[in-house]
This record gives sequence, structure tokens and C-alpha cells, in this order.
Amino acid sequence: MSHPILSTTLLATTLLCASLIPATAVTYVRGNDGDPETLDQHKTSTIAESNILRDLYEGLVIYNTAAEVIPGVATAWETNADGTVYTFTLRDDAKWSNGDPVTASDFVYSLNRIMDPATGAKYANILYPIRGAEALNKGEGGTLGVTAIDDHTLEITLERPTPYFLELLTHQTGLPMHPASVDEFGTDFVQPGNMVTNGAFTLSSFTPNDKVVLQKNPMFHSADTVAFDTVEYVPFEDRANCARRFEAGEVLSCSDIAAEQIKDLRNRLGDQVRVAPYLGVYYYGVNSAHEPFDDPRIRQALSMAIDREFIADEIWSGTMLPAYSWVPPGIGNYVDERPQLDYATLPMLDREDAAIALLAEAGYGPDAPLPVEISYNNGENHKNTATAIASMWEPLGVDVSFNVRDASAHYAMLRDEKAHDVARAGWIGDYSDPQNFLFLNRADNPGFNYGNYSNPDYDALLDTAAETVDLDARAVILAEAETMFLRDVPQIPILFYSSMSLVSPRLTGWDDNIQNVHPSRFLSITD
Amino acid sequence: MTDMPPLSAAALPDSSSRSLWATALLRLRRNRAAMGSIVVLILLSLAGIFGPMLSPHDYARVYPAFVKVPASVEAYPRAADILPAAEQVLTRARLTPDTIRLDGTVLTVTASASRPIDPRVTRYLDRSDLFSNARVTATAPDDLSVTMQADVARYYFFAGTDANGRDLLARILISIRISLMIGALATTVALIVGVAYGATAGYLGGRIDSLMMRLVDILYSLPFIFFVILLVVFFGRNIVLMFIAVGMVEWLDMARIVRGQTISLRRREFVQAADALGVGAGGILRRHIIPNTLGPVIVYMTLLIPKVILLESFLSFLGLGVQEPLSSLGVLISEGAKDMRGAPYMLLYPSIALTLLLFALNFLGDGLRDALDPKDR
Amino acid sequence: MFRYVLRRLLGAIPTLFLIVTGAFFLIRVAPGGPFDRERTLEPTVMANLNRVFHLDEPLWQQYFYYLGNLARGDLGPSFVYRDFSVGQLLASGLPVSMTLGGLALLLALVVGGILGCIAALRQNTGIDYAVIATATFGITVPNFVVAPLLALVFGVWLSWLPAGGWNDGNPANLVLPVIALALPQIAVVARLIRGSMIEALRSDHVRTARAYGLPTWMIVIIHALRAACLPAVSYIGPAAAGLLTGSIIIEQIFGLPGIGRYFVTGALNRDYTLVMGTVIIIAIFVVLFNLLVDVLYALLDPRVRYD
Repeated sequence: MSHPILSTTLLATTLLCASLIPATAVTYVRGNDGDPETLDQHKTSTIAESNILRDLYEGLVIYNTAAEVIPGVATAWETNADGTVYTFTLRDDAKWSNGDPVTASDFVYSLNRIMDPATGAKYANILYPIRGAEALNKGEGGTLGVTAIDDHTLEITLERPTPYFLELLTHQTGLPMHPASVDEFGTDFVQPGNMVTNGAFTLSSFTPNDKVVLQKNPMFHSADTVAFDTVEYVPFEDRANCARRFEAGEVLSCSDIAAEQIKDLRNRLGDQVRVAPYLGVYYYGVNSAHEPFDDPRIRQALSMAIDREFIADEIWSGTMLPAYSWVPPGIGNYVDERPQLDYATLPMLDREDAAIALLAEAGYGPDAPLPVEISYNNGENHKNTATAIASMWEPLGVDVSFNVRDASAHYAMLRDEKAHDVARAGWIGDYSDPQNFLFLNRADNPGFNYGNYSNPDYDALLDTAAETVDLDARAVILAEAETMFLRDVPQIPILFYSSMSLVSPRLTGWDDNIQNVHPSRFLSITD
Repeated sequence: MTDMPPLSAAALPDSSSRSLWATALLRLRRNRAAMGSIVVLILLSLAGIFGPMLSPHDYARVYPAFVKVPASVEAYPRAADILPAAEQVLTRARLTPDTIRLDGTVLTVTASASRPIDPRVTRYLDRSDLFSNARVTATAPDDLSVTMQADVARYYFFAGTDANGRDLLARILISIRISLMIGALATTVALIVGVAYGATAGYLGGRIDSLMMRLVDILYSLPFIFFVILLVVFFGRNIVLMFIAVGMVEWLDMARIVRGQTISLRRREFVQAADALGVGAGGILRRHIIPNTLGPVIVYMTLLIPKVILLESFLSFLGLGVQEPLSSLGVLISEGAKDMRGAPYMLLYPSIALTLLLFALNFLGDGLRDALDPKDR
Repeated sequence: MFRYVLRRLLGAIPTLFLIVTGAFFLIRVAPGGPFDRERTLEPTVMANLNRVFHLDEPLWQQYFYYLGNLARGDLGPSFVYRDFSVGQLLASGLPVSMTLGGLALLLALVVGGILGCIAALRQNTGIDYAVIATATFGITVPNFVVAPLLALVFGVWLSWLPAGGWNDGNPANLVLPVIALALPQIAVVARLIRGSMIEALRSDHVRTARAYGLPTWMIVIIHALRAACLPAVSYIGPAAAGLLTGSIIIEQIFGLPGIGRYFVTGALNRDYTLVMGTVIIIAIFVVLFNLLVDVLYALLDPRVRYD
């Protein structure tokens, strides 16, 4: 695999930049979602961290600006016949920022460390497809199916064929680490000065709530194509603050926009406002294990009456898409005709009538109101969404009350007590595969199964899909599972997320993509 | 109640405390800012109590067709929006609009479809916020075409609508009620607890006093936000309970003020006299100490109400404020502050209401302080 | 005096101990834990994390564990910011918050004091009403409205000042947050000074000074201001403790690396150790400033004596 076009454009832009700005250091001030909780690739869990780590390290495979998997440290790879053994060939010129060569054993070290229970890795489960990983992480011992054949050949053995395995390796948990500095400094290896990286940049400083400063890594194999000398990641928990500083010219890009402001910003900034489809679903989990929500008619009626177009266009100012299925569009390894709720194309009024009829059948109506408590976590537009949905359920004879908690309390309740009637939640996919969405509803996945869905047939379909090597056949089985899920709607899909960014016209190389990844090494500034 | 006519009460010999209050009242009357504030407060209270009932829009009513429309004295919908809206409604009803005409406030449409049209089709027009009283005036013999008339609604949103399409004026009115209620409730609780605690500590003095005040110091530095989170969880956002609880936090200052007053009062002759006569501690506190601390306490109360209202708005900023569909001025302002450029009216009108309210309370507090100040004659 | 201060400081130790204990258990009662986020964790992973942070042990054991560390001056690791210890986080944030708070306090005292004096000298005139009205306005408009407005007007529209950011404490970056922080305090100080100044101007020694024919400014500064400062001092004590330990609203809106937001975000994230650290800092400031107020009182008011 190689990308001649990409690299020539990059080279051209870099040359252009270099000729335009000869001596001054180029700094890119980049708005980020928030502070990284850690820069340890194994303890990481947030998008803000993945943006920074992607600049600091280079994995076996990486994303390009279109979020396609391209070679990173590995130049080539092959799989065995049943897709369970991957052999990666590593590039010769990959170096750590201190000059050490990047070798296959660095990856072995790194993947073993993330599975060590003592590391306390939040996202270790992402790499459970690797043979022996889950047992190691549970503290049951064993060996990990990762071996360094020689310095430049790495072999990874999987438990079972995993068609999205390369996607998984683009995640920050799959990044290598420099064993010598980890051994020397322990948990302090992440401190500026200690940290040794193999990506386009190195860590220069990290001040919480202020900024994370990265410097160009001269040892990086493609250092001459990197346009920036310095990248400053500025955390913006307050999205409006980023918008102000963007307009004042103090930051060149914002990683998110407050939904309330989008219309106004669009009016004034035009196409500097970027909205792109994103692999995420916004939904209401209905507690299908509790009365009366164990009645699928009630769940369908509630789902039917939600005017998703109104919520997407008015409440979220068109930054979200109406969702009539569980798995978002644009996902990989799936069928072309994605399953949908069967009333997706029905006019709203007919849906409302059908919902009233269904609810009446179940014994509820304006004379016998159905009490429903909507639980949501505070923040963003959740309140407005809940209010809008409450007003849509009203004509059905649903008596809505609200219960707002802060995020910690909300998710702890969903995981442990499951005391809700209907609860808001959202899911952003980690990799582009329907399995990453459908597994949320497994009976043995209480952490995510906010619909309290327990359907052995559904789980069996997912198990069968996991054993199926043929991608098309697998897609059909997964679609069957989704159809089953949509028939029961234990969780009501409402919206599909979009990623929103503010991007200065001076910044080139920022292509909207479904994973919302924009590595700084592929960006540059023009004047 | 006694049978005595009220006149005789006034004819009784003046007690010194009564004359203090009488002069205070007299002086308060002369303070134009304070009197103006009283008028404003009465008006705001009336608006809070009766406004939501009199408002043409219910504060919780959602108008999906009018999300975030700017404040205006002209009626909605605007003429330019009516025809496109009608067209959209017809498309939703799976009809092809042939002619759409607007005469004054009556909309006349002729539409056709490929299948026979159900006469119930009018409900599509009725269900829209824009039209009402839709009726079929003519139907083609083959039922494939229909002529309908509907009245165009006229809504006034003098303060605009919010992000859900609810009338902001109605929400401001209910918010004034809630904010005043929160302020009054929390202040009353703070008053009762603070006065009782402070007077007891100040009167008993010595070791008990320093112990009680040490407790106040400790409570001062405890994490308030956790307290609030706990309350939100335990009480499920019941505002009444929540602000009784806020009052339980805000009594600390009150206790300090009352304690200070009590200590100085304790040394006064009339208290010592009562003590010498064998009046119990409780009696002295009730009859002599507490009534004499009322001046500063009332002043502090008028200043505590705005403090509580602002505290509530801080909680709203953090997303821990009053529960939907109710609202408070703090909630409205923090919502408005999120899009101050796109929808400035959403920030402006609630802010005016809050500013008026707090201004009046502050000026009244100042006026009362001046009026009750014994040195200022 | 020295013995009095020492006694008060020693007396603060049990107070602090009670605060630590109270806060520790109060936080733990709140539902949810530091690892409950939008992104729920795998049970295995959660178990590993709880073990790493000793959360799987009984609460009393964790309490003594925490106290033991505290006695050694170790505030523990942050549960959320895993690359830092709480001590490091507070050490990097506190100077920022103190700079901002200190400047705001200074501004509030100077501007509020001057406004208060002017209003008092021109009592019940148009100037008086204008000052008081402006001051009241400062209290009535919430911070989270004023701060973004300032940033919008001076940062975005006029481009006079940066719209946000700390920029290593560059003075230009400090202007707007300091003003936003000081506004409500200016208002309170002005009103307090006005009230007590009016009283002080009527007192005997000021009347005597006037009778001597001293110029007004001299009377105000030398004779009246000293007495008029007392109520302001007792107000400023707790207010200073609050200002110096940061404000979540200002820090969040301007994007400043202070410790003000650690308290609230720490609480919302259930970052137990971070909240404890912030509580301790706040408590120390409250204790210190209460003491400072009492000492200042003694210096300003000869009638008050501590033995």
C-alpha cells in the first residue's frame, strides 16, 4: 500500500510553506475538546487525548486526512487464510525522538503493558481480540499473541477473525512506547523531558487547563513534510470561548461548537463552520425489564411519536441527523440497505395516530395516562431535547416528568441500579464496524445495555457473526440482529451525531471525515 | 383577637420600641429610592403571582413552528412565512398544492392527489401552529382534488421564544415567581436557623459560644457544591426542599451577625435587669434579645434574597438549577448567555427582569438600613 | 499579639481535621464514582482501576490511608488527571488564581473605595445615586453574562485585548478576567465604604478636624477612612479567601489555568482527591483570612485588644 498522490501534495504544500515563510517558526494553535486526562497511551480514553497522541506517536497503521487506514510504522502486512494471524513489516527508518530505532519488540512491550491489570488501562478491552489479551487483563496470566519475529517483523495472533482489526490498531491504545524510558521513569515517562515519542511531534510542555505544547520531532521519518514547528493544543470546556477566540484570530481551529451557536456562526462564518457525519448515535434507553415498558407496543409507540426531523433541525440546528436505525450510516463492513424502523418514511401525523392506537391497545391514553420519567445528564442540549420529546409524547397521553443528574450520577445509575424509565445516552463508535454498536444491547453487557434488553436470539446472532469470516455473510447476520432490535426498540434511536468544527480558511489539509481525525502532520498554514 | 377597638391600641402609651419602628417607617417613606423599590417589588410579585395566569401563552406550551423567533410587537407568523409553511403542510399530507392564496387572515388552498382524498385531511392544517379551523369548502367529484380554507393564527411573542419554541414572556413571568419563591424560602430558613443559633451562642457565651462558632467556621469551608449535588440526588430536584437546604447553608452569616449583636446587648442594663429579676435564658432571648436584633437582621434579609437568587443562577450555569418545565431567572439567563449574539433577546429580557428585582431589593435594603440606624438622626 | 496568632493557628488544626473528615465522607456519599462517564467501562477494566486507586478497599481504610498520606504532605494522585498528583495540579494552578484574585481584590478596594468616598461626600446628590446605581448594577448582573460580554466586546469586536487564554500571565490577558472578577466586589466595597464613611464623617473627631479647617481630602484620608475601613475589612476577609482560590466561571469562560474550576469539575467528575485538595486549600485560606481580619481589626480599631 502506498499513497503517492497524498505524499506529493503534502510535499508540495510543505515546499510552498517553506518558501513562503522562510525563517519564522510556524505555530498552530489548535482548540481541543478539553484537557487530556493523561498522555499515557494506555490510560487514555477521550477524544481530546486521541487528537494529541496521534500527533505524538505513530502506530502500525494510521489514518490519513480522509480517515482511511494507511501504513504507519508498518509498511506492509499480510494475513493468513482464516484472518487470525497478521504479520507486519516495519519500516527501517522509524526512529524514536531520542534516535533509537523503533523495533517490533517496542510494540510487544507496549501491548503487554496495556493488558497488565496494574496499568489500569481504561480501554484495554478494545484490544481484547488479540489472543490471550482478555485473560491477561483479568489477571489470569498466560501469554499475549504478539511476537517480534525480528526487529522489523511483528506477528499478532487473534482469538478469532476480526475484520476491523486494522481499524482497532489506529486507536491510541495500539500506539508503541519507548520501553527504556518507561522502565526508567515509571509513570513519569509522560512528563515533558522524559517522554520519548516516535510521531511527528514531541511533548514540550503540559499545563492543565492552559495548553499542551508539541514541538516538531526532527527524528521523525517524514519530518521534512511536517509544516508546523509548534502545535499548541488549547482545552476548551466552554465551546463558546473557543468560538470567540477563533473569531479573534487566536486559535485556528475549534474541535466542537455549542449547538446553540451554530446558526449564528454559520450566518457569520459561512463554510468555516464544518459539520460532518460522525459515527455516533443519540438515543433513549427504555427500561424494557420493568413494567410497563416490558410491553414492546409501548416502546414502539414512544419511538413512533418522536418527530426526529424537528429535533435534528430545530433543537440541534441541523447539526444532527434524524435516526431511524441503530447503526449509523457510512459505517464499514455492513449491508448496503441498512435496516430501518418501518415507520421511517411515514408522515408524522399518521405515526402519531398509530402511536395513539398502539398505546390504547396497551391500556394507556389521555384518560389513563402513562407516567414516564425521562432521566438525562445535564449539559449540552439534552434538556431541550427532553423537553421537545415530552411535548411530542403529550398527545399520546404520556405524563412526563424529568430527572436530571450530573454525568457521574447518571451513568452510575444506568450501570448499577437501572432505576430509570427512559434515559438519555449516546455512543460514539470506536471503530467503523456495526459490531461496535450492536454489542451495546447484549444481555451480558450491563454497562451499556440501558434498554435492559435480554434477547437470547439477538445475542446468538451476534455470536454467529463473530465466528463468520466472510464479510458479506457476516454483514447480513448483523443486519438481521439490528432488524430484531428495531422491532423491539429497547433503546430508541433518535439522532445520529455529527462532528462540528471551526476551521480557519488559512488551515489547509483539514478534510471532513467520519472519524473526525485531522492529524497535525497533514495540515499546514497558508497566508 | 380582642374586642378592643384598634384606636385604643394607638392610644396606649408609647413603648420605646414602637416609636423606633414608627420613626423608621417615617424615614423610609422619605427615601424615594426605597419607596420606588417597594412599588417595583410589589409589581414584580404581582407579575409573578398573576402573570402566568393572565399570559396568553402557557409557559410550558411548545410552538414547534416558532423556535427562537425574535422579540417583536408584530404578530407571528409573518406574511412571508405563511405560504411556504402551508406548502410544507400539504406536502406532509401527501398532497400536491395547486393554488395557495392568502386573503387577510384566511388561507385558501386547492390541492390534488393521485388517490382519493380523505376529508380528514384538514387536520394536517389544524395540527400546524399556524392554522386553525380548517374546513373543506369544495371537493372534486372524483375526490382527487380538494379546496380548503383555514384561519391563519396570530400569535404575539413580545419577548420572543426560546430554543424549544416557548413564549419567553410567559417563561419570564413564571421565573419571577420561582426566583422570588426561592429567595423568600431560603431566606426564611436562614433567618430562623441563623437567629436562633446566633442568639443562643451570643447569649450563652464562653466555651459554648466558641464551640458553636467553631462549627460555623467548619461549615463555612465545607464543599458547598457537593452539598448541592447530594441534594439534587436525594430530593430529585424538588426546588422547595432544595432551597430550604440552601437556606440551611446560608444561615451562617446571619448567625454571626446576630451573635455579635447579642453579645453587645447582653451587657445592656435592661437585659441585666431581666436577668436579675430571674427571667430564664429562653425568655430573655425571646423577649429582649431577638426583638432588638431585628433591625440588622431585616437589612441582612433584603440583601440575602438577591444573594440566594444569584446563587440559584450560578447553579443554573452549572446545569443544576430548577427542573423543567419550570424555570427561574437564573436558568433563563444562563440559557440566553449561550447564544448572546444569535438571539440577544433571550439574554436581554430575563436580565432586565433580574436586574430590576435585585435593584429593588438592594435599594430597599439600603433604605431600611438608613431608616433603622439609631445614630442617623 | 504573637501568642494570640499562634494560639489561633494551633486552634485551626482540629478545625481543618474536622473539615477534611467531613468532606471526605460527604464526597463518598454522592452517587457515582470517578470512572463513571458517558463512556462506561468494561467490568474487568473497572475492577483494575478500582484496585489501582484502592477504591475496592473499605471506606474507613481508605480514610486512614488518605490521612496517613496527608500527614506526610501528600495529597495523593488525581483520579482523573492521571499524569499529575493533586499537589502538582494545585501548585501549578494556585499562583494563577492568586494573581487574578489578588489583582481583582486590589482593583475592588481601590475603585470601590474611591467610589464609596465620593458617594459619601456627596451624599443624596445625583453623584451619590449614580455611584450607588452603578455599584448595584455590578452585583445584579451575573458573572457568566459579564465575562463573555467583555470578551466579545473587547476581544472580538474591538480586538483591543485577547479574548481568552493565560499566555503565561501576559498582562494583556489579565485585564478582562480581573475586571470581570472585580466588578461585583467593587460594588460591594463601594456600598460598604459609603455607609461607614457617612457615619465616620459625622463622628466627633472628624468634626473637630473640620473645625480646625483641614482640607476635605486630608480629613477623608487621615481621619475618616481609617474608621470607615472596618466593615470593609470584615467583608473583604472571606471575600479575599474566595477570590484568591479562583472562580470557576471566570476561569472557564476565559480559559485560565487556575484552581477555581478544580473544585466544581472535580466534584462533578468525582475526582475525590482533587476535591479534597481544593477543600483543604480553601479551608486554609478561610482560616488565614479570618485571622488576618481579626488582626487588622486590632490594628485599625484601638478599642479591640487581643491578649
